[in-house]
Amino acid sequence: MLLAFFQWCESTALGTAIRMSPWAFAVIESVHLLGLAVIGGVVLLVDLRMLGFGLRDQRIAEIARAAFPWLVGSLIVMLLTGVGLFLSEPLKCYESRPFWLKMISLALAVLFTFTVRWKVTMADETRLRPIWFKLVALVSLTLWFGVGAGGRWIGFAG
Amino acid sequence: MTEAFVAPPTTATRAAIIRADRMSLLGACQWLAQTRGSIALHESTYMYPIVESVHVLTLCLFVGMSVLFDLRLLGLVLPQVRASAISVRLMPWMKVGFAIMVISGALLFYAVPVRSFQNIFFRIKAIALVLAGLNAWIFQVGIRRRTAEWDLHPTPPPAARLAGMTSLALWAVIIVAGRMIAYSWFDCDKQPQSDFVNWATGCTVEEPID
Repeated sequence: MLLAFFQWCESTALGTAIRMSPWAFAVIESVHLLGLAVIGGVVLLVDLRMLGFGLRDQRIAEIARAAFPWLVGSLIVMLLTGVGLFLSEPLKCYESRPFWLKMISLALAVLFTFTVRWKVTMADETRLRPIWFKLVALVSLTLWFGVGAGGRWIGFAG
Repeated sequence: MTEAFVAPPTTATRAAIIRADRMSLLGACQWLAQTRGSIALHESTYMYPIVESVHVLTLCLFVGMSVLFDLRLLGLVLPQVRASAISVRLMPWMKVGFAIMVISGALLFYAVPVRSFQNIFFRIKAIALVLAGLNAWIFQVGIRRRTAEWDLHPTPPPAARLAGMTSLALWAVIIVAGRMIAYSWFDCDKQPQSDFVNWATGCTVEEPID
């Protein structure tokens, strides 16, 4: 069932076009990396702040709100380019452990970021104990690290 | 057996060859490539991918923080916060990120010196890095000195905005060129290439005899 879906992905016109082109994969991957710098930067900015580092003079909510449009924008770029990369080699991904690690981490990271993490960053800092901010930041960093490391490792492990 | 017998160079002549080659950058890379550490890193199963992963993921810390500061210079992020305050708070993290980038990057070069040195994207990246350094230096000595005049402006003066825009563009080139080093389209052993490519990569191509 899942395999059939991946096989169908492999046969899509877009996937075939990217696979056949000598440079399309490289170009899409480069844009994916440009997006990484931005999404990594804004995730770190907010998580470091919750851990008590970085822009300590600003309230967490202020930084989270400023980071939000860049987070959403870079996430969209990552998803679009990521789908392109995936479509060029779905069967390789199906067999790849790092790919599944990345997808599970990604699902959890996105879910966590837009629910718990957003709620906590918007919370009144005087009413919530600091440990909760730190905990949320560590969970966020761990999940996004899984996404990044898994993604890099797809290219190493066949 | 049609292979011609070529006498291996004696230790003395080999040393002479290496000494002569060391005079050039390419010679230095060739010398580096045959050192134990380079070969070990090149042939390692896990070390090389780990170093490369560290290099790529540290992008988030170093370039990510730089991008945020550049966006502040353009007035696009936290315009209500002093530019100098953002710079002061993010700088230690950028320094740590930069150190990791330089060390891991140097190790990646150390593992594959000759091919990297003659790779067109590596050369583009090296030039862009120098330009990014120059841009940061100009900002430090020129524009930043007068920060007090515009620190609270949501959009800093044109010179500061230009520095931010230049930085963003150069780091984008550095990231893309860095990724492209992995592709061998213009490598010396992929001939024929245009004269321009062979000039830019420093490849010497022997003319076929017949």
